[in-house]
Amino acid sequence: MNKPLRRVAVFCGLLVLALLVRVNYVQFVQADQLQNDPYNRRVAINQYAQPRGDIVVDGKAVTGHTETNGSDFKYKRTYTDGPMWAPVTGHASQAYGTTMLEGVEDKFLTGDDDRLFFNRTIDLLTGKQRQGGNVVTTLNAEAQKAAFDGLGDKKGAVVALDPRTGAVLAMASTPSYDPSDIAGYSTSDEKNWIALDKKKDPDDPSLNRALRQTYPPGSTFKLVTAAAALESGQVTDIDGKTNSPDPYYPLPGSAFKLVNEGHIQCKDTSLRDALRQSCNTVFGKLGATVGLQGMVDEAEKFGFNKEQLIPVRADASNFDTKMSPDQVAQSSIGQFDTAATPLQMAMVASAIANNGVLMQPYEVDKLVAPNLSTISQTDPKEMSKPLSPENAQKLQSMMETVVNDGTGKKAKIPGVKVGGKTGTAQHGVNNDKAPYAWFVSYAMTDQGSPVAVAVVVEDGSANRDDISGGGLAAPIAKSVMEAVLNK
Amino acid sequence: MSASNTTTITSIGAPNRRNTELALLVFAVAIPVFAYANVGLAKNGSVPAGLLGYGVGLGLLATVTHLLVRKFAPYADPLMLPIATLLNGLGLVLIWRLDQEPSLGAAMAPKQLMWSTFGVVLFVAVLVFIKDHRILQRYTYISMVLALVLLVLPVFFPPVYGARIWITLPGIGSLQPGEFAKIIITVFFAGYLMVKRDALALASRRVMGLYLPRGRDLGPILVIWAVSLLILVFETDLGTSLLFFGLFVIMLYVATERTSWIVFGLLLSSAGAVAVASSERHVKVRVQDWLHPLALQNDAVTETAQARYAFGSGGLFGSGLGQGYSRLIHGIAPKSDYILATVGEELGLAGLMAVLLLYGLLIERGIRTALAARDPFGKLLAIGLSGGFALQVFVVAGGVTGLIPLTGMTMPFMAQGGSSVIANWALVAILLRISDTARRPAPSPAPSPDAEATQVVRNQ
Repeated sequence: MNKPLRRVAVFCGLLVLALLVRVNYVQFVQADQLQNDPYNRRVAINQYAQPRGDIVVDGKAVTGHTETNGSDFKYKRTYTDGPMWAPVTGHASQAYGTTMLEGVEDKFLTGDDDRLFFNRTIDLLTGKQRQGGNVVTTLNAEAQKAAFDGLGDKKGAVVALDPRTGAVLAMASTPSYDPSDIAGYSTSDEKNWIALDKKKDPDDPSLNRALRQTYPPGSTFKLVTAAAALESGQVTDIDGKTNSPDPYYPLPGSAFKLVNEGHIQCKDTSLRDALRQSCNTVFGKLGATVGLQGMVDEAEKFGFNKEQLIPVRADASNFDTKMSPDQVAQSSIGQFDTAATPLQMAMVASAIANNGVLMQPYEVDKLVAPNLSTISQTDPKEMSKPLSPENAQKLQSMMETVVNDGTGKKAKIPGVKVGGKTGTAQHGVNNDKAPYAWFVSYAMTDQGSPVAVAVVVEDGSANRDDISGGGLAAPIAKSVMEAVLNK
Repeated sequence: MSASNTTTITSIGAPNRRNTELALLVFAVAIPVFAYANVGLAKNGSVPAGLLGYGVGLGLLATVTHLLVRKFAPYADPLMLPIATLLNGLGLVLIWRLDQEPSLGAAMAPKQLMWSTFGVVLFVAVLVFIKDHRILQRYTYISMVLALVLLVLPVFFPPVYGARIWITLPGIGSLQPGEFAKIIITVFFAGYLMVKRDALALASRRVMGLYLPRGRDLGPILVIWAVSLLILVFETDLGTSLLFFGLFVIMLYVATERTSWIVFGLLLSSAGAVAVASSERHVKVRVQDWLHPLALQNDAVTETAQARYAFGSGGLFGSGLGQGYSRLIHGIAPKSDYILATVGEELGLAGLMAVLLLYGLLIERGIRTALAARDPFGKLLAIGLSGGFALQVFVVAGGVTGLIPLTGMTMPFMAQGGSSVIANWALVAILLRISDTARRPAPSPAPSPDAEATQVVRNQ
């Protein structure tokens, strides 16, 4: 019986061998993939095993941490003025992942980033707990507060940029939420998380309206049309008569008719006056004359049709690239399919204020290691030149007219040159919903323009004219600009 | 030099190696004690209070068993007892370590220690009361009846976690009779096959290169196959039926030396497995989990995936005892079926391979015992016990690591569970008894009156 016994011995040996090969496969070959599988809780446990680095505004951290007991996760994120900073910081939740800066710079904040390798090694050798790096933002706490308080109970968003560099100075979105409420893993965090869901709360407080929501820009888009008209040479004298009929029929024999709001007369009005009064007929015709290609080129130079990474992703604003002339005319006054994020409209204002040079917007100034050494510093970068300096100055002059004695009077700041443009965007089927009130503006000092702002208020008044943009949104823009100027 | 040493038949047999066993036992006790201290330091930052008691207790058990083996089975294999002690000790430490996780339910380690003690008592009892394993041969048919009764019993009890493999006795707790049936049915197989092996081997026709046995000889294997399938269907216990069937095929093959039995066995078992896998829902789920281990179920991570994550996160050297997160394998069995996942995560690939090699070593020592045994019954019994043990280790470890679909069986000695640990101690005791008989030197012959005349010249 020994021969079969030896064979059974070999068989049993093979069984054990198969097990050994298998465990080598799982624990060696597959180990990396399994260790980093997003559903492996250990990934999250590790992420919160040490305090996260902080997000810093104006030298002060707007984030913090507390130690938690009785859960897998040792440290929990806390936020100072959570709702105000939520569009910037996003949330880092033990249960619900990370968003915005917390998400984009997650590796750096947890200390996992390769650029922190040296620090990690030192910590390992000296037996210190691993530490995360800090993210220093470009934001201006005063401006942010002005924006957030200005929006108040209203639904809307504000973006302020430094036109000279592209640095984001303010980014507010309301209604907002407190990321502290969902940072943990407890049942109350879960309840808060569920309450944030769009289906539960139609106001969608966790939506970052400044970057992730596009709105019809309404009359504020006329700035782009004016820029296109100037750049294409359609208009050279901004105070000269334009050849504009009122009402305007984009296509000969077309039934579509472009009229002006509030029965203002805009026949042959000059470009400056047309912007001051926000004439639809003048800009609709100008857009159609510049033509689809010219309008698309100009809009894309301002940043339309492309996602912006600042480094948090902003949705792409839209200007259609295939349209009939009447659709081009409608699009040129910010209607039809035209849609823009508040960031996009702030970029338009900042390019005009910066004499035609559009700087790449950014909100992270630098990444700092736990020992405070700078790991990376963002250098301002030119993105495009939508306008020549002369044309930019012409537009500035027109925008200042809008503020000085046009629809944007409420943004006037004594002793400071302010340029702006109001907008009231109708939306909904047959425009049955409350219009969006827009205001985009910049302030100018002797050293150029330090701030450009875009404000959108969703629940604009029922008064469907440009007054609502000027009445609701302009004061918010004004207080944000003042906050930056007083610094 | 005494006269007895001058004959041609030497009475100096294999050295009894009891001191080797003692030295190994020292390690088998020391390693779990260190592991225990390690868990305490990692979890609470201090040496656990029970360390001394635990160490002394384990040491005492080892000493007593060793002394009794020295007395009652002096020539027994020296490796099996230390390996069993080490595996049992490690299992206790791991269960105690998992007891530190409140989310995994009540503490199990004290109970397991009690069961382990019962196991050792049974081990000693087997060694003391069964002087010769051939006595078991007398109980061939009683064993068959007893095994069938034990197998069928759980059908009358409610299923636990989808499988009817437990019986609950008020006041004692639940038992898994399958674990005991495993040993008893091996005794029956060994006894039956020893008698029938010639008939099975020789009275057969050759068809297409295979020896087909006669119907009346083939009958029993078909009956056993059917019974194991019935067990599976009624108790939804794939593991046990696979084990019994594999056991029987191995023993048939060894008894008859006919390869055709292996072919039959494989054909029948694969036919049965396919039929059951495609009809039983319980089994179907297991197969799905095996094919897609990381798939989500109701948007949640499955146990299978959690176990896989545990293995992967352990990597080469593991997180260290007490520092892993195998508690994430919530479910029903982190302390029993899935205990290997904790080994993999906290001791790493290195530790897991060491544990698997310990099992491999124990299995091969068992087969070695079968080779050394001088009587066919002992050979069959030893190969049946060690082959069954090997299948069980393979089925559990293969299932947990995802080599094969998971079936509910316990990792011998390590997994939490009273029946399993007691039965396996008994199993090792029988193997030790057979190896003692096998390695015992032949009794010295009576001094020969003509010793002078036949004296050999010895070369020193």
